[in-house]
Amino acid sequence: MIEEIGTTAEGDLVINIGPQHPATHGVLHLVVTLNGETIKKIEPHLGYIHRSIEKMCESLSYRQFIYVTSRMDYLSSHINNHACAMCVEKGLQIEVPPRAQVIRVLMDELTRIASHELWWGAMAMDLGAFTPFFHAFRERETINDIMEETCGARLTMNYMVPGGVMADLHPNFQKRVKDFIALYKSKISEYDELVTGNIIFQGRMKDVGFLSKEDAISYGCTGPIARGSGVSCDIRKLYPYEVYGQVEFDEVLETRCDSFGRYLIRLREMQQSIRIIEQLIDNIPGGDFQAKTKAVLKLPKGEFYARAETARGELGVYIISEGGTTPYRIKFRSPGFSNLSALDHMARGGKIGDLVATMGTLDLVIPDIDR
Amino acid sequence: MLSFHSITDSIDSWLNHTFSPTVALLLECTIVAIAAIALFATLGLVLVLMERKVAAFMQIRMGPNRVGPKGMFQSLADTIKLVMKEGLTPDGADKFLFNLAPFIVMIVAMLLLAPIGFASGFQIWDINIGVLYISAISSISVIGILMAGWASNNKYSLLGAMRSGAQIVSYELSAGLSILSIVVLSGSLQLSDIVGAQSNGWWIFKGHIPVIISFVIFIIAVTAETNRAPFDLAEAESELTAGFHTEYSGMKFALIFLAEYINIFIVCAIGATLFFGGWMPLHIGNWQSFNHIMDYIPSSLWFFGKTFFLIFVIMWFRWTFPRLRIDQLLQLEWKYLLPISMVNLLLVTVMAIMGWYF
Repeated sequence: MIEEIGTTAEGDLVINIGPQHPATHGVLHLVVTLNGETIKKIEPHLGYIHRSIEKMCESLSYRQFIYVTSRMDYLSSHINNHACAMCVEKGLQIEVPPRAQVIRVLMDELTRIASHELWWGAMAMDLGAFTPFFHAFRERETINDIMEETCGARLTMNYMVPGGVMADLHPNFQKRVKDFIALYKSKISEYDELVTGNIIFQGRMKDVGFLSKEDAISYGCTGPIARGSGVSCDIRKLYPYEVYGQVEFDEVLETRCDSFGRYLIRLREMQQSIRIIEQLIDNIPGGDFQAKTKAVLKLPKGEFYARAETARGELGVYIISEGGTTPYRIKFRSPGFSNLSALDHMARGGKIGDLVATMGTLDLVIPDIDR
Repeated sequence: MLSFHSITDSIDSWLNHTFSPTVALLLECTIVAIAAIALFATLGLVLVLMERKVAAFMQIRMGPNRVGPKGMFQSLADTIKLVMKEGLTPDGADKFLFNLAPFIVMIVAMLLLAPIGFASGFQIWDINIGVLYISAISSISVIGILMAGWASNNKYSLLGAMRSGAQIVSYELSAGLSILSIVVLSGSLQLSDIVGAQSNGWWIFKGHIPVIISFVIFIIAVTAETNRAPFDLAEAESELTAGFHTEYSGMKFALIFLAEYINIFIVCAIGATLFFGGWMPLHIGNWQSFNHIMDYIPSSLWFFGKTFFLIFVIMWFRWTFPRLRIDQLLQLEWKYLLPISMVNLLLVTVMAIMGWYF
C-alpha cells in the first residue's frame, strides 16, 4: 500500500486510519500520508463493508428492493425508501394520496432531525467532547419512540411503499410529535451553550476544512456540505416533491465555506425541519394512506430517475427496466460518496485534528458510501 | 483530640523502644511504603469511580450502579478484570523499554506522594526543597510516556508520545512559574512552611488578583501536564485511538491508567497546598472565634475536601470541553500563558517586596 502513493517522500509517515478507528464512525479506511502532524495526502479505501446492494436489488421485485435500501444510509432510511418508492411510482404513474404525501414529508423531516442530532453528538465526540452525545440522544430517542409506534422499527423503517405508506399513523402520533417539538425547543439553547459558543470548539472549526463554492460544485458535493459553501442545492426547493412545494421553509445557506459553516447549516436545518413539521402536523388530510396498486408491479420498459434530499444530500435512484418484475439495473447516487471525495482536498495541509474535525462535518455514513 | 502527629509519634517511640534504631528506621520505611502503596491503590479505585460518576452526572445518566451499593465496587471489579487479562507485548516492540515504561510512569507518581502534607503533622518526607522536588520528579513522567510510545512499534503511539513530549515540556514552564509566585510569597520551598504561611488566610484570598491569575494558569497547566481533556492530545481517542498506550493491555495498561489518576490527585493536592492552604482550615485574619470553630474540622478533611474539589473541577473540564489542536495547544502556552505568568510573577514579586498582601 505504501508503494501506491506516489508522493511519499523520505521521512513521511503513512498511517492507516481505519477501518477500525473511533473517528471514522464505522469502517472507513483512510490511508493518510503525514509529515509530522501535517497531512500531505488522504486516500480513502472503500469496499470494507461493500454488500452489493445494487446487485441485490436487481434480483428483487419492485416492492422488495425498497427494504434493502434502508440499510444504505441507515440514519435516513425513511428518505431512502421514499426516493425508491417515488422512482417506482414515476414508472407506474401512481398518484400518491394526499394523506400519504403529508405522512411521508413528516417522516422525512423527523428523520432529518434525528440524523442531525446524531451527527451533532458524534461531531462533538470527534473533537473530544463526550457529553453532547448524550444530550443529543435524549432528543433523538424521542423521535425513535415516535417512529417505533408508527413503523414498528427504530432504525430500518421500511415504511414507505410504492403508492403511499405501509400503515396508517398511530393515534398518538400527532400528540407525541407536538410533545417532541416542545421538548426540542426547550433544549435548543443548550446546544449553543454546550458546543457552538465554546471558544475551543470555534477555534477547532473556524477556517478549517476550506471548500470553495467552485470546488464544492466540481466534487459533486450536495446537502449541507455544498450549502455550507454557498451552493444552492436543496432538492426540496429546486425540484419539490410531495408537499414540499406547499410548505414554507428556507434553504439554509452559509458562505463561510469552512467546517463551522457546515456545522451551523445543520443546526439551522433542524429548525427548518421543525418549521415544516409544525405546519403539517395539524393539517394531515384524511383519506387513504396508500394508493390502490396491483399485487405484482411491472415497470414499463424505460429509464426512471427520482431524487430526494436526505440528511446528507441528494440521493438519486436510477432504474432501468426491461418491463419485467425486477429492475434490469439499479444505480444509487449516494450523497456520502461524492462528499467523501472532497475530503482529501479539504484536509490536505491541515493537522490530524483538523482531519477528524472535517470528517465530522462531512457526516459520513459508511454503508451509504460502500453500498 | 487525637491528631495524626500523636499517632506517628507514638509509633515512632514504640519502634525505637522495642528495636535498635537501624531496625526501627527500616520498619518505619516499610510501614510508610505499605501505606503509600495502599493509598495509591485506594485513590486509584476511588478516583476512577468518581470520574465515572461525575461523567454520568454531566451526561444525564446513572453511571455504574450494579456492582455493590450504588456501584461502589465497580472499579474493584474492573481491576480484577484487568489483572486477569493477558499482558500482550506486540511483535517488533522493544520488549525491555515497553515493559519498563508503565513502571516508570507509576514510580514517578508514587515518588510525588512523598512531600505532600495530608494532614497536620502527617507528611512522609518534609523535604526543605519540596516544591523543587515536585517539579523535578514530575518531569520524569514524560520519559516514561515517550518510552511507551517509542517502544510500542506503533505509529499512533509514536505520534501520541511526541505530542505528549511537546506538551508536557511546554506546560511545565507555566506550571513552574505559577508555583514560583507562591514560593515568592511564602519565602520557602518547603511545603510545610508554605502551609504554615497560610495560617491567617489562604494565598488565593490573601494574594489579590495576581495569585488568582497564577492559580488559573496553574490549573490549566497541570491539566495539560496530566494529559487530561481538553489537553488529552497524547491519547486523543478520536484521532490516535489511544495515543501512547494503544498497545498496552492487562496490568500494564492498568498501571498507566492508575498513574494518570494518581497524577491528577497529586497535582490537585499541590494546588490545594499552594493556593488553598493544604490542611490549613479556613482562617480569616484576626477573627479568633471563627478560626477556632474552623479548627474543629479535622485537618485531613480540609486537605481532602480541597483536593477533591480541584479534582472535580478538572473532571468537569474533561466532560464539557472539546479537545484543542496541537498547534493551538502550543500557541496557548507559548503566546499567552507563558508571557502572562512571567509578568504575573513580576507583579507577585513586587507585591511580596512591598508587603501588599494581607
